[in-house]
Amino acid sequence: MHIVVCMKQVPDSAQIRVHPVTNTIMRQGVPTIINPYDLFAIEEALRLRDQFGGEVTVLTMGPPSAEDSLRKALSFGVDRAVLLTDRFFAGADTLATTYALATALRKIGAEFGAPDIVFTGKQTIDGDTAQVGPGVAKRLGFIQLTYVSRINSVDVDKRLIEVERRAEGGVQQLQSRLPCLITILEGVNEIRVGSLTDALKAARAKLVRWSAQDAGVEDITKCGLRGSPTIVKKVFAPQPRAKKAEFIELGDKPGEALVEALFQRQTNLESALEKLARGY
Amino acid sequence: MIEERFDAIVVGAGMAGNAAALTLAQRGLKVLQLERGEYSGSKNVQGAILYADMLEKLIPDFREDAPLERHLIEQRFWMMDDNSHTGLHYRSDDFNEEKPNRYTIIRAQFDKWFSKKVQEAGAVVLCETTVTELLQDARGKVIGVRTDRKNGQVGTDVVVLAEGVNGLLGTRAGLRNRPDPSKVALAVKEMHFLPQETLEARFNLKGDEGAVIEAVGTISEGMTGMGFIYTNRESISLGIGCLVSDFERTGQTPYGLLEKFKSHPSVKGLIEGSEVKEYAAHLIPEGGYKAIPQLFGDGWVVVGDAAQLNNAVHREGSNLAMTSGRLAAETIFQIKSRRDPMTKENLALYRKMLEDSFVMKDLKKYRNMPELLHIRAQNFFLTYPQLVSKAMKEFVRVDGVTKAEKEKATLRSFLAARSIKGIIGDAFNFARAWR
Repeated sequence: MHIVVCMKQVPDSAQIRVHPVTNTIMRQGVPTIINPYDLFAIEEALRLRDQFGGEVTVLTMGPPSAEDSLRKALSFGVDRAVLLTDRFFAGADTLATTYALATALRKIGAEFGAPDIVFTGKQTIDGDTAQVGPGVAKRLGFIQLTYVSRINSVDVDKRLIEVERRAEGGVQQLQSRLPCLITILEGVNEIRVGSLTDALKAARAKLVRWSAQDAGVEDITKCGLRGSPTIVKKVFAPQPRAKKAEFIELGDKPGEALVEALFQRQTNLESALEKLARGY
Repeated sequence: MIEERFDAIVVGAGMAGNAAALTLAQRGLKVLQLERGEYSGSKNVQGAILYADMLEKLIPDFREDAPLERHLIEQRFWMMDDNSHTGLHYRSDDFNEEKPNRYTIIRAQFDKWFSKKVQEAGAVVLCETTVTELLQDARGKVIGVRTDRKNGQVGTDVVVLAEGVNGLLGTRAGLRNRPDPSKVALAVKEMHFLPQETLEARFNLKGDEGAVIEAVGTISEGMTGMGFIYTNRESISLGIGCLVSDFERTGQTPYGLLEKFKSHPSVKGLIEGSEVKEYAAHLIPEGGYKAIPQLFGDGWVVVGDAAQLNNAVHREGSNLAMTSGRLAAETIFQIKSRRDPMTKENLALYRKMLEDSFVMKDLKKYRNMPELLHIRAQNFFLTYPQLVSKAMKEFVRVDGVTKAEKEKATLRSFLAARSIKGIIGDAFNFARAWR
């Protein structure tokens, strides 16, 4: 079985700072990590490989520095890493990203064997759109299984897969043909620590590095900023909603003092409560 | 044990480990470097000041792409009492030279860069890999390491222990003792972020210029300790450290001292309006020459903080670490190129090279200083700063009291605090320890 995981290198959101004046995200010095949701996809792919044999390939589109994240994926025991990097890809929205990824996936199919399953995480922590997985599936004509919480069975011979999908109001049990694209939910597994041999292999592995041309992109205008109809109009940091806590001296009549203090600060509260009480 | 063997395994990716791994790889040895943190620098804490000279020996053109914050053009020493400080202030435009000597750095970024150089030189660097045990043969010779990864044992000719001040591998294997609490300081620091213009205005800096303040006095509550303030590009590293045994004895807390230091009138204005983004703590070897453990044995050498190589008087550590890492690597390379085994006898060359370098010469010079400053902590860190403060106050105040009277009063206050014998004795001891 050939499983491909699409992953993304993202800034570690726990350590991001917003520039106080320009309101832009200060990426300088912010460590990058594998999108945490993608780790579940990688682990699930590795488990299927361990069970049924075959190979796991990870694919990412990003700057040359995304190599760090790919190497990390290799250290978990992933067999191959493909880095799609080209200045033509810069500034891509989800539409342009799915175009590039789908193109690269076709190329991966041609070079290393057609993928039986493509995994993605539920969404990324920097874009939060959850559109790229479904978009790639659509472009490849794959059946898409989104928000999968469990893989119940895979029948390699009959090329069938059965999964549980978390949906509004319940869990759906779905059966699908292979190939398919699965976006997997968080918390369904825990990423492994690779063996020492895996780690050594990862440190020395040669990554597959493709430019737009290498990947077989035919229409460069569908890539990057040019291929992105999305326009960022404004970036702003939301005003913090919570006000600072206040200490109130309660004295010897704490109940009364508290009510008084509340009514003073919320001028409409008293009349609203009174109205409510009269209504009963 | 996995099949693959390495010429050398370096444990730890701080300054010493990176210097060792880099040198070994540059000399063509097959090197494996193991680091428990997520990346080199993720767990490394320092003030931090980088001394260019020692890095130049490893990476001559480091200024081209190393993440440096500011080059230092100003050094201030403060003697503090509760409300004032008496300062010595050295600033020189000569430090705005083409190749400055001292820089402030942020270790998380700097070490990452350093580690890239190590990898480019050909060493295999594995992070998130903790070495849990040294593998020894029946005769005690170190023959490899065990890591926390599956099938995680790997063999080597020699292990370079660059595991830091409190490294457990060497102590567990009985190669050296754990550092004594009176020989290590616990330092805590915060990173205060400020807009670059504000920071530069407060310290009278422009461009990449930087300033350093080092302070002793009542801030350490009579303990052997010191505070520091370093300017980065758009942040201030501010911290304080005291001997662990002093914290133990007094029950003072490091964060308590830090809060007090920050609220001192001389410090408060410098960090006003800043945003604290980081709090870190670190142990610093302070025992000096006399605390240096056995540095080599069959199949191993120890470098950097793990070897307690730190010049407490001059606040130098990372340069000693880098130098020891480099010299250990040179030793290994020499033995290897002679095709000799990594025995204790052969590795003794490392100690000799250290003795011949500034590392041991400097540490030897100050060998009595740690004890003196510790035993006389009350005088050096509490009494004298207070007296100096008082003397300065009298000196600058104009209030109709005659100058002769003022001088007498100052002298009296010194003698009341410490006998003439005590003062001269302290001065004598200090001069001797300095010599």
